[in-house]
Amino acid sequence: MARRSRKASRRHPLATVVLIAIGLVVTGGGYAAFSSTTTATADTEITSQAVIDEGEKLFAANCATCHGMSLEGTDDGPALIGVGAASVNFQVGTGRMPMAMQGPQAMQKPTQFTDEQTLALAAYVASISPGPAIPDESLLQADGDAANGGELFRINCAMCHNVAGAGGALTEGKYAPELTGVLATHIYEAMLTGPQNMPVFNDDNLTPEDKRDIITYLKYIENNPSPGGYELGALGPVAEGLFAWIFGLGAIIGLMVWLTAKSN
Amino acid sequence: MTSTIDRTGSGDSTPAGAAAATDNGPAKPKSGGFTAAASNYLEDRTSISGVVKEFGRKIFPDHWSFMLGEVALYSFVVIILSGTFLTFFFQASMVETHYDGAFVPMKGVEMSAAMESALHISFDVRGGLLVRQIHHWAALLFIAAIGLHMLRVFFTGAFRKPRELNWVIGFLLFVLAMAEGFTGYSLPDDLLSGNGLRIIDGLIKGIPVIGTWTSFLLFGGEFPGTAIVGRLYTLHILLLPAILVAFLALHLVFVIVHKHTQYAGAGRTNNNVVGYPILPVYAAKAGGFFFLVFGVIALMASFFTINPIWNYGPYDPSPVSAGTQPDWYIGFADGALRLIPPGWEFVWLDHTWSINIIVPVIALVGLLAAVAAYPFIEGWVTGDKREHHILDRPRNAPTRTAIGAAGVTFYAGLWAAASSDLMATHFQLSIEGVIHTIQAWVVLGPFLAFFVTKRVCIALMKKDREIVLHGFESGRIVRLPGGEYIEVHEQVDDYERWRLVDYEVYEPIMLRPNAKGQITPGMRFRSRVSRWFFEDRIAPAQQQELESGHGHHGTHGDGTDHSLEEGPGLTKP
Repeated sequence: MARRSRKASRRHPLATVVLIAIGLVVTGGGYAAFSSTTTATADTEITSQAVIDEGEKLFAANCATCHGMSLEGTDDGPALIGVGAASVNFQVGTGRMPMAMQGPQAMQKPTQFTDEQTLALAAYVASISPGPAIPDESLLQADGDAANGGELFRINCAMCHNVAGAGGALTEGKYAPELTGVLATHIYEAMLTGPQNMPVFNDDNLTPEDKRDIITYLKYIENNPSPGGYELGALGPVAEGLFAWIFGLGAIIGLMVWLTAKSN
Repeated sequence: MTSTIDRTGSGDSTPAGAAAATDNGPAKPKSGGFTAAASNYLEDRTSISGVVKEFGRKIFPDHWSFMLGEVALYSFVVIILSGTFLTFFFQASMVETHYDGAFVPMKGVEMSAAMESALHISFDVRGGLLVRQIHHWAALLFIAAIGLHMLRVFFTGAFRKPRELNWVIGFLLFVLAMAEGFTGYSLPDDLLSGNGLRIIDGLIKGIPVIGTWTSFLLFGGEFPGTAIVGRLYTLHILLLPAILVAFLALHLVFVIVHKHTQYAGAGRTNNNVVGYPILPVYAAKAGGFFFLVFGVIALMASFFTINPIWNYGPYDPSPVSAGTQPDWYIGFADGALRLIPPGWEFVWLDHTWSINIIVPVIALVGLLAAVAAYPFIEGWVTGDKREHHILDRPRNAPTRTAIGAAGVTFYAGLWAAASSDLMATHFQLSIEGVIHTIQAWVVLGPFLAFFVTKRVCIALMKKDREIVLHGFESGRIVRLPGGEYIEVHEQVDDYERWRLVDYEVYEPIMLRPNAKGQITPGMRFRSRVSRWFFEDRIAPAQQQELESGHGHHGTHGDGTDHSLEEGPGLTKP
């Protein structure tokens, strides 16, 4: 539905003008949002009925097939009663929902909805029954205690996500994804709601401050390049061994062949 | 040789009398300049010229694959240099302390003094991180170079008499290098190394009856205890290097004593060595090569992170990171553990028996033992007591090459299994699928590799034989006056032909009664193994075949040239 109408509007004579206008607004607005860190999520607190209605329409058109018209779930998807805005924002905001197909795990992919649409969906789902809310911006600034966050991360997260957040394998084709490049909001929401195979780390388990510290640690290692040089994916000894064999020994064998080559 | 260099060296400064300077002139250093004077001073007091003369004239054949051992040697020198630097700063102690160095995400974290000093080396000692990374990269290269060197020696048959013992020494060096690597990997007491030690602890505890006691003995109590880092440090910097250096020296002495092997070629026999003398050519090449190897290692260490202990954090028995692997050379052991199917433990006499751990351990020890024993096995099969200094081309020893390929396939399967989780995530596979595939690979792969390799070797030998007898296709099509088209075959030149025909073919042992007139089961077994080894073979082209074979196609005396057959018909005309 949404796709067909988008296609038709693309042929409109003013489409180019609109497109340029949208591009300018998005880049300018995005720049303003990122540079001044004005809290866009403040709007989410004010969930007007209009936003909820918008969310309901989007839900009916895009989600209800699997999750049911009243969030009750079907054979193809779980009930969404009580999952809260945080869960919706994570699943839709990272592109995991709507799923392209059933599989071991919903894959991260380019998002299908704009931020406003995502927030509208979240508002709608949260309006049906209460659940974890989208976290407060003050917890997402990556300004906590990185050392405490690192320790908590190693104890609670590293067994699936790898100490450097490079991701890891789970059973039956499932996996813990890489954590670099994930927005602080989404990291927080993932801990809070336990998407896919991830356990829930509720506020009794990891306090909001602990979650903030973990985000601080992840952002620290993401923003500070490895002191030792290129990280080879932070995958540990396998990547190092592969590199030593192929590039290290490869280079040396190249030199050996050169040294023993007969001059013509 | 050496004196020639002295002579020309001094010749620049004193052109007049230079050419007349005497070799090792005893009493009167004439106008020889400083070099000659110094040489004479040394010579008068040490008589070293004999040694220099002897060594300077040692001949080494030139081939790139002969330098793999050198790479191992040079990486080892780099390891010793960088390791010595690290000992100045490393604290081999498991005393609890709190980190207070430059790395922010570790500030105030409780850790052992070993981990604290490793972080101190990485962030606060000038050049410390570079040296740490040089040490670690050099270690990876060291063992990789040993591995390739062993493969080269194996596939070219360089382990045959008189070098069997040197093969065993080299094998011990390989095992010692792995032990050195593992003890070093465990020293920083970070999360990764602690997990590795926990696996070793599990391997030891999996040994029936004595396992638990052995583990307590090693760790000084329950794992991890407070003793292990200090003990591993003693092994890592004292005991293992001392043994390693001793065996390394012995290995090199044997290389000098046996002289180097060489590939077949015109003028090369079992009684000579064709190549360049150490002085001046090889000394320069090898000396330069040391700096090239050091340079490659330094570049790797400068630009690529290795073992980022600041990510892993201090060891704590509770967390285990995803992607926890040993360094590559222990990967085959880790992989073997991963490949064992579940449910192999059972309870007997009120004790749990972990067959799932002892089986892979036995398999690994068996693999290593087979590697160490191979020269003696092949020597027993061939019954060949002659010395061999001419190397085989791998294709000319099809069964050996096929056994080697099977071994490599087996090892590769175990090795790959150690990265099963990374293969699963990076190729979007299920980890069970990866493990099951590798399980099948490890069991079936060696047989497949053996068969394919042997057939390929024999096919290549056939091709070589055909090229020697008929020449190679030149691609030039000629039309004869009668209208017939032929492709002109060109003969290979004499040097190439030498390379292609200079090899020996063994025949299966004839089962004959011994002096007592008996055929023992042992003899029967040996004869059967010998037949399995040598029943498929292609003899090199002989002189009379060459003479009669030039330019003729398909008309060879007995018509058996291109066929593979049992029996002596082909092998020795």
